[in-house]
Amino acid sequence: MSIKNISRRGLLRTGAVTAGGLALPTIFTSSASAYTNEPTGSSVKLGFNVPQTGPYAEEGLDELRAFELAVEHLNGEGDGGMLSTFSSKELQGNGILGKKVEFVTGDTQTKSDVARTSAQSMIQKDGVVMVSGGSSSGVAVAVQGLCQEAGVIFMAALTHSNDTTGKDKKANGFRYFFNAYMSGAALAPVLSNAYGNERRAYHLTADYTWGWTQEESIKASTEALGWETVETVRTPVGAGDFSSYIAPVLNSGADVLILNHYGGDMVNSLTQAVQFGLRDKQVNGKNFEIIVPLYSELMAEGAGSNIQGVYGSMNWNWQLQDPGTQAFVQSFGKKYGRPPSGSAHTSYVQTLLYADAVTRAGTFNPCGVVEALEDFEFDGLGIGSTYYRGADHQCFKDVLVMKGADNPTNQYDTLEIVEVTPRSQVEYEPDHPMFAGGELGECNPGA
Amino acid sequence: MDAIILQLFNGLEKGSAYALIALGLTLIFGTLGVVNFAHGALFMIGAFCAVTLSRIFQISFVTEDPTQTDFLGNPLQVETPYVEKWFGADAGAWMIDYSVPLSILLTIPVMLLVGYVMERGLIKHFYKRPHADQILVTFGLAIVLQEVVRYFYGANPIQTTSPSDYSGTVNIGAMFGMQIFYPVWRLVYFFFSAIVIGGVFAFLQFTTFGMVVRAGMADRETVGLLGIDIDKRFTLMFGIAASVAGLAGVMYAPILSPNYHMGMDFLVLSFVVVVVGGMGSLPGAVAAGFLLGILQSFASLNEVKAIIPGIDQIIIYVVAIVILLTRPRGLLGRRGVMEE
Repeated sequence: MSIKNISRRGLLRTGAVTAGGLALPTIFTSSASAYTNEPTGSSVKLGFNVPQTGPYAEEGLDELRAFELAVEHLNGEGDGGMLSTFSSKELQGNGILGKKVEFVTGDTQTKSDVARTSAQSMIQKDGVVMVSGGSSSGVAVAVQGLCQEAGVIFMAALTHSNDTTGKDKKANGFRYFFNAYMSGAALAPVLSNAYGNERRAYHLTADYTWGWTQEESIKASTEALGWETVETVRTPVGAGDFSSYIAPVLNSGADVLILNHYGGDMVNSLTQAVQFGLRDKQVNGKNFEIIVPLYSELMAEGAGSNIQGVYGSMNWNWQLQDPGTQAFVQSFGKKYGRPPSGSAHTSYVQTLLYADAVTRAGTFNPCGVVEALEDFEFDGLGIGSTYYRGADHQCFKDVLVMKGADNPTNQYDTLEIVEVTPRSQVEYEPDHPMFAGGELGECNPGA
Repeated sequence: MDAIILQLFNGLEKGSAYALIALGLTLIFGTLGVVNFAHGALFMIGAFCAVTLSRIFQISFVTEDPTQTDFLGNPLQVETPYVEKWFGADAGAWMIDYSVPLSILLTIPVMLLVGYVMERGLIKHFYKRPHADQILVTFGLAIVLQEVVRYFYGANPIQTTSPSDYSGTVNIGAMFGMQIFYPVWRLVYFFFSAIVIGGVFAFLQFTTFGMVVRAGMADRETVGLLGIDIDKRFTLMFGIAASVAGLAGVMYAPILSPNYHMGMDFLVLSFVVVVVGGMGSLPGAVAAGFLLGILQSFASLNEVKAIIPGIDQIIIYVVAIVILLTRPRGLLGRRGVMEE
């Protein structure tokens, strides 16, 4: 073949085709795997962003214990916990997609701005592919928004506001924890049985997204029973002394006080309500009652005997008897010498669910993970059959109605399970008015 | 009417705490000229003295009960307090029940020691430094103290109960021919604080030591020229001020479950109280404490909030602004204090 037979146009065409052919795999590869913090080495990093200081620090530290345990189990260390009971059998204890799991931690201080800064540092500096944690809906909403912008997955831990998977929902964010609507739906029938349908309720509510949506949800549920709402009063977060807010309850004509408070605020408001003799009162010919719609074991421990007989709801409790719960309680109990809290359970489960979704998707690409988690049905993680709804990324499962134990035998035995409310009773349509507004949007793989 | 009387009592009780903390702050400012941002932490340490004594009394020996199991399925570990073993079941149970008032005996020496160490170890080096430096260093100290407490006691509020004889409510409305029930312990707190405040004033008014300290507050140099070691007395006054904060905290433990950041919550309000009362004025601190406590309680009435939403959150600062605009030295402030 002689070189003089090649025309200039032919040379250009051949060159272009050759160059295109050589570049083709690169183009596909780069567009298929170009996402934020794609792990390239033998390990993958997760970010656990919890309150390690501030009023919710105890919840945060328990979450951290659970995260560490989950990482241990994912890496094939320890007894494996709920890996053996999880209905999906993808996780083999060899990390995630063969990569050893490492983690970094951050302190949110239960402040949205601090939590965002901390998550940003984990994503930009530490190269995490997933962020989890939180002990406040305000923080969860803020960090979820950041993860959406950055192109990493957010597996929310403790967040109970309807807004997290309602008006503030995001495609990159997933919530395993239940929400305020579910608390109301689960509590209402139990309250009706216990206290009847002619009650007058007074709400004291923490003045932020979680308090507002819980008040709205419980108010709707109890009014549907026939209860009248006498007053709804907003209280500042961290008020400490609630006596000024409790005193007006005494003469309001209400016979039920609903405390939409959490953490230290709940401990103080409940203790002070009992001190003011509310539980010894008779109003409208009925015994005065107090309700704490959202319980946690750590709060119950703090409130001591004041919670005896007080109803509330929980996402999960260590006293459940299913194999998943028992495996987790054994594992956690042996490592830390105490039963896990509901926050710890959620943190552990979210980590396993993320790892499982990555394994099933075969990629750490957030869009692959989103696809794997959406409409995922599973079991064996502690509270029966569970469904991660694709429409809003909210998990649906049974909800526990709890009551403060009358005769606790030890510091962990503070709450008893009154009823396991079936999932069907707490489900709602994605466009339910309490969850209206906002868009899930598209998954964002980032870079 | 019931609500008004209740809020009046709430205000008196809340004002008692403000007044006690502000009194200690003013003592330190008046004697040493130090703006002590660690004072709230001293209140918190007092509350944790109650927690500590209660825990000491509940240190237990363990026996196994094979008929019951714990959460892991092991035989249940039954704990019996040593005080019940050593002093008998009744006396031991009484000691545990009365651990809060009994912890006053622990709080006074602890707070004197903490105050002495704070003053000699750190604060004395900042006497001649600007107030901004003092605020920074004492604020840093407050954070250190609260983190130490968090390390040992955790971040959760710790339920601390009043003696069972003083739990429950009493009918305060009987004197008005009404039925108005109020927590007994909050009344105890009010009377306790009145005794402590009266004791501090009596100490300063009727003892030679107090007279010298008052003279030193008015003119430190002249007292020093008379050959009196005023610094030593002021150091002791720092310890006494710390003890007043500690006593305010220890008796407050059943009202507000102690947590490591409770001091910070009270500190800002107490500074407002001090400023409103007049920097350096002991009667001013007490009067402003009660005034602001009562106003804050009344502002929390739903009827008041219906007229001015959010007034309960800002009332203290509104009053502070009004008083400082009309009386720049505060209610009972003296000329020359913080004015150079």
